[in-house]
Amino acid sequence: MTIAIKEIDSGQLWNFPGGIHPPERKQLSNQGSITPLPLAQTFTIPIKQHSGAAGDIIVAVGDRVLGGQPLTHAGLNNGLPVHAPTSGTITAIAAGRIAHPSGLADTVITLTADGEDTLVTMPPLLDYREHGRSELLERIKQAGIAGLGGAGFPTAQKLALQRPIEYIIINGVECEPYITADDCLMREHAQTIIDGIEILLHLAGCDKALLAIEANKPEAIAQFEQLLPQHPQIALRVVPVKYPSGGEKQLIQLLTGQQVPSRGLPLDLGLVVQNVGTAYAVARAVLAGEPLIQRVVTVTGEQVSQPGNYWVRLGTSVADLLAHCGFQPTPTQRVIMGGPMMGFTLPDLAVPVVKITNCILVPSHAELPPAGPEMNCIRCGACADVCPAQLLPQQLQWLAKAKDYDGLEQHHLFDCIECGACAYVCPSEIPLVHYYRKAKAEVRQLAREKVKSEIARERFEARQERLEREKQERLERHRLAAEARKRAQAEAVAKGADDPQDAIQAAIARAKARKAAQAAAAAKQSDDESNV
Amino acid sequence: MSFLTALIILGVLALIFGLILGFAAVRFHVEGDPIVEQIDALLPQTQCGQCGYPGCRPYAEAIANGEEINKCPPGGETTIKNLSELLGVEAKPLDAAHGTETVKKVAVIREDECIGCTKCIQACPVDAILGAAKHMHTVIAHECTGCDLCVEPCPVDCIDMVPVPVRPDNWQWDLQQIPVRVVESGNE
Repeated sequence: MTIAIKEIDSGQLWNFPGGIHPPERKQLSNQGSITPLPLAQTFTIPIKQHSGAAGDIIVAVGDRVLGGQPLTHAGLNNGLPVHAPTSGTITAIAAGRIAHPSGLADTVITLTADGEDTLVTMPPLLDYREHGRSELLERIKQAGIAGLGGAGFPTAQKLALQRPIEYIIINGVECEPYITADDCLMREHAQTIIDGIEILLHLAGCDKALLAIEANKPEAIAQFEQLLPQHPQIALRVVPVKYPSGGEKQLIQLLTGQQVPSRGLPLDLGLVVQNVGTAYAVARAVLAGEPLIQRVVTVTGEQVSQPGNYWVRLGTSVADLLAHCGFQPTPTQRVIMGGPMMGFTLPDLAVPVVKITNCILVPSHAELPPAGPEMNCIRCGACADVCPAQLLPQQLQWLAKAKDYDGLEQHHLFDCIECGACAYVCPSEIPLVHYYRKAKAEVRQLAREKVKSEIARERFEARQERLEREKQERLERHRLAAEARKRAQAEAVAKGADDPQDAIQAAIARAKARKAAQAAAAAKQSDDESNV
Repeated sequence: MSFLTALIILGVLALIFGLILGFAAVRFHVEGDPIVEQIDALLPQTQCGQCGYPGCRPYAEAIANGEEINKCPPGGETTIKNLSELLGVEAKPLDAAHGTETVKKVAVIREDECIGCTKCIQACPVDAILGAAKHMHTVIAHECTGCDLCVEPCPVDCIDMVPVPVRPDNWQWDLQQIPVRVVESGNE
């Protein structure tokens, strides 16, 4: 499959199937500029904030650290370091709350700030074109940069694959309702984002980038329209408002007319997609040497009096963030990390802001009522109409309820991007995405168990083989020992020693003679008695 | 005469086909019983012996010879369902005489109490216990199948079977959806 380069260069836009138009509600938070959040007293930094393995902890309790100092060392398996968000003392390394819908604990490093906020940076690489590709990738990795759009895939890893790339797509669509973090970042830091895109282009060895922004962000679009004429490599694409245009696969379809193959990567089409926030972070890491220790977070919803966008140091707890924004909780308040479509309700407010946290939504009861009771599917088919991945949500739901994993596989469950469009339009309020997520987790669990049982079988068979081998070896050893004994005996006899066989024979002969003598004596005695 | 010709032709054909079949039987001889392999692949490979056979493979062989399919507690209903589909027999509820389906467990040695007797090492069907005589033993947790066989031989009862901990990466989603509702509001 190849992409139609001529049409793409001419600025043509395609469409993707399905999609919905939920109320955007972005005006709540995009009215002001991005405010730096005052430093919190304590920070809890989960050691795993991206998709990949956690790094090895390189600090100990009691250590003094400076802001920007790495706390973990990136190991194998897409590892990325995490950094101290400010200067202070490490006060604990233990299991604690992480930003995960399960509410389960994972290892977190607790940092108590000293209030001085002394920061360290790496040396800037202003002439990055003079530095080697691997050096730049290493810098991006050491800065701890993961995809800030939501999935948190290590950026350096994405760029390290040496395959020909036609376009880098920069995702500034931000299609989910309420969230305006990327919008505000683009308004205020358009030039830095462009610098980041140039670095990404240099790293990918490609000369064309498409910057996609949804049409509901006129101020950001105006910023780039003003700056982009000096950067002919970067083309602006204003995409129509529709959810989920910002999904990686949907955006690719919008901009190139091609679908990413099922279970494939954008790279299969010669494309790489990066978020605008990631481009900004790359520019800061390379040109200013700053590791990723803060990000823009949208705080919004009707239960905060000062909704807006904030520069938040990673590790700041949601409680600290909300306290600054005039949080007025209702008795049954839900706090959602992420947007209303794909976010999850937090188990409590001690959860820290991490690399992939783009929004904290604090809705009133009226704007986001709790889910109603699930009713029966009436087979209206509305879900199939809005599915951007062209799946059959209704069918998947039946299969998920029946735990028919083969059927789910046949209906391409894993192509579901969990955008929530189907659940949004469902008149029976069936939590469809909930069923898919659960089914996906179950399928993954089954796959893990399959691998584990295969290993167990191999180990069992290896053990059986070993026991059998040891038994054979033992028998063989006994046989050889017996043979050696016999041989040694025969040699000794040949040399003139007493043959033990002779001794045995002699003993038998003696025994026989004694028995014969006894028999003879007994016969003689009975003869004597009969004679009497 | 034609009768004789037909007989001879058929006789020759029978001989030829017989030779081909005989050759094929030797040339394409299948080692082992493939159905045993298929059954073995469906069993959980816990090697716990709760079915009464010394391991999953012996049980698979027994099933191939007509043994009941509901004697595997670690596999539970899922395994019974898969086996019934494979073998075309009716699924039955788990035979409670062989145990009940429980959560997945893993063996943990209380290491300060271990006397280093190596009895558990000899009992472990998958060599998942590490140690040497008169030295502390420990369980390689990710290789442990939770079969329970090491608990009984331990002379000082220092082995616990604990449920496999739930971590964020093996957690099963159980979350209410978060829907957006169209609301009237003065902000828009």
